[in-house]
Amino acid sequence: MRRSLVRKLTNIVALALSTVATLIGLTCLGAILWTLLRSGLAGVSTQLFTHMTPPPGSAGGGLLNAIFGSLAVTAIGIALGAPIGILAGTYLAEYGRDSSLASVTRFVNDVLLSAPSIIVGLFVYEVVVVPMGHFSAIAGALALAVIAIPVTVRTTEDMLRLVPQGLKDASTALGAYPWRTITSVVYPAARSGIVTGLLLAIARVSGETAPLLFTALNNQFWSSNLAAPIANLPVVIFQFAMSPYQEWQQLAWSGALLITLAILLLSIVARVVVSALQPTGRAG
Amino acid sequence: MDQLSIAAGESTHAVRQRLGERLFGAATLVAAGLVLALLGGVTLALFVGAWPALSHFRFGFLTREIWNPVTSQFGALAPIYGTVVTSLIAMLIAVPVSFGVAIFLTELSPSWLKRPVGVAIELLAAVPSIIFGIWGLFVLAPILQQSVQPWLIAHLGVLPSIGGLFRGPPFGIGVLTAALVLAIMVLPFISSVMRDVFETVPDVLKESGYGLGATTWEVVWHVVVPYSRAGILGGVMLGLGRALGETMAVTFVIGNAHRISSSLLAPGTTISASIANEFTEAVGELYTSSLIALGVLLFLITFSVIAAARFMLLRLERRALSTV
Repeated sequence: MRRSLVRKLTNIVALALSTVATLIGLTCLGAILWTLLRSGLAGVSTQLFTHMTPPPGSAGGGLLNAIFGSLAVTAIGIALGAPIGILAGTYLAEYGRDSSLASVTRFVNDVLLSAPSIIVGLFVYEVVVVPMGHFSAIAGALALAVIAIPVTVRTTEDMLRLVPQGLKDASTALGAYPWRTITSVVYPAARSGIVTGLLLAIARVSGETAPLLFTALNNQFWSSNLAAPIANLPVVIFQFAMSPYQEWQQLAWSGALLITLAILLLSIVARVVVSALQPTGRAG
Repeated sequence: MDQLSIAAGESTHAVRQRLGERLFGAATLVAAGLVLALLGGVTLALFVGAWPALSHFRFGFLTREIWNPVTSQFGALAPIYGTVVTSLIAMLIAVPVSFGVAIFLTELSPSWLKRPVGVAIELLAAVPSIIFGIWGLFVLAPILQQSVQPWLIAHLGVLPSIGGLFRGPPFGIGVLTAALVLAIMVLPFISSVMRDVFETVPDVLKESGYGLGATTWEVVWHVVVPYSRAGILGGVMLGLGRALGETMAVTFVIGNAHRISSSLLAPGTTISASIANEFTEAVGELYTSSLIALGVLLFLITFSVIAAARFMLLRLERRALSTV
């Protein structure tokens, strides 16, 4: 009798602790979102989207140049990284499969996927910034591309593997070469999966700060010159939040709200696309 | 159209197809090679950049605490210490909590709650690290400074042996705060890996446990955990890799002091925080090179941890495939 009571109690305590752990996780997410909304919304106005970042200590100003810079650097980074990622993913799923080169590439890609992003920043600094002699938007975009590649490789491979073998066999039976099968049958069948991968890569890349610190740097003014330093939201948030000026800190909060909402929205849309795929794909 | 031209037309078509095959196959191969080259390139570039510092300080770089840009004396001991200590404390907190979350999601949660809670935890992983940083600095640090740290100092600080960890003024920011923020950041990574490996446990195994009259907790502890041990370890190592390399969140709350204090409440620094803070302001080849050398250390540490984690998870994936 006693033994079963002890077992029951242990069970209840353990399961209660597990529920508490989940609540802790959810509370952290809630607390962060609440803080962002409370502190960020106060600074959201049309001015935020129409004015440049202000000089220290002066009221007013917005984040227009930083928003533009972030969009530009992210777009170029994805445009450079995504094709490489998709092709490499195609190699892993279709050509390489279980070959040793594919296994090694898969392993290296997984390592790159979780490598610290500041290392990527140092790498691009050494390879691009030092030879150019100064910080530049293109260096920032390259750093983001390096971060986007492993994400795209991984999702592309996973998504291409979901395409039923029968479809590919049918194409091969019609006499198509593998490349025809891949471009005309496999890619269209996996299109929404690949798009999901791209969305996730954009979400991952657009919040990155560390790799931009010493590649794109920052710029207080409007710049669309790829060879010059460019303003971008993450670095502006970093510098403004660490500053002693009230106005700058407010802008940092508003920028943080913008960037988080954009990323969460991208992640949720990506999830919806994946779950729409679910019936043909694997569960869970 | 006569016979001959049809044959000729077909053959140019076939030639085009063959050419397309060559080009496309080569393009995918080159892209895959580029992924491999990236890792090689990163290693090479970092070592080249770090060479002046490494050849100048030799092994002293690893063992000296001094970090003085004015006299150009640099040692990595304080950042290494900060990186290791913050990550270890973060893991001490995050691993049990992640375990609880994974158990809740796989064994406890009613099915209608599973997906929303799972997605919420995954969204926590999507929040950029800089957001954790400003949240830690403006929200968490004041709370710690006003209530938690005074309590720690008054109650734990007076204890004989571990008391030294909790002495000194409550700064708010410091090693402990950084560890807490890191713990929150790696929690979703560890728990989603754990959840995934728990789901690979065959239902038959769990059902035979329940059939013998085991409670839910007993099934988890005696069936699920032993079965997924390698996966749990892989998830923990992956989280550790994240914690070791995390930059922005730590930079905000660690205080950036290049010294080793016995107290966890004191400001410190980590490898990544030092690089993020000082790199753009570093003047002189030796200073820049020393920071890149810090990057090399970080790269070596995280690379070995992540590689070990991936290796374990890979073995698990193979096993899952062979049992299906």
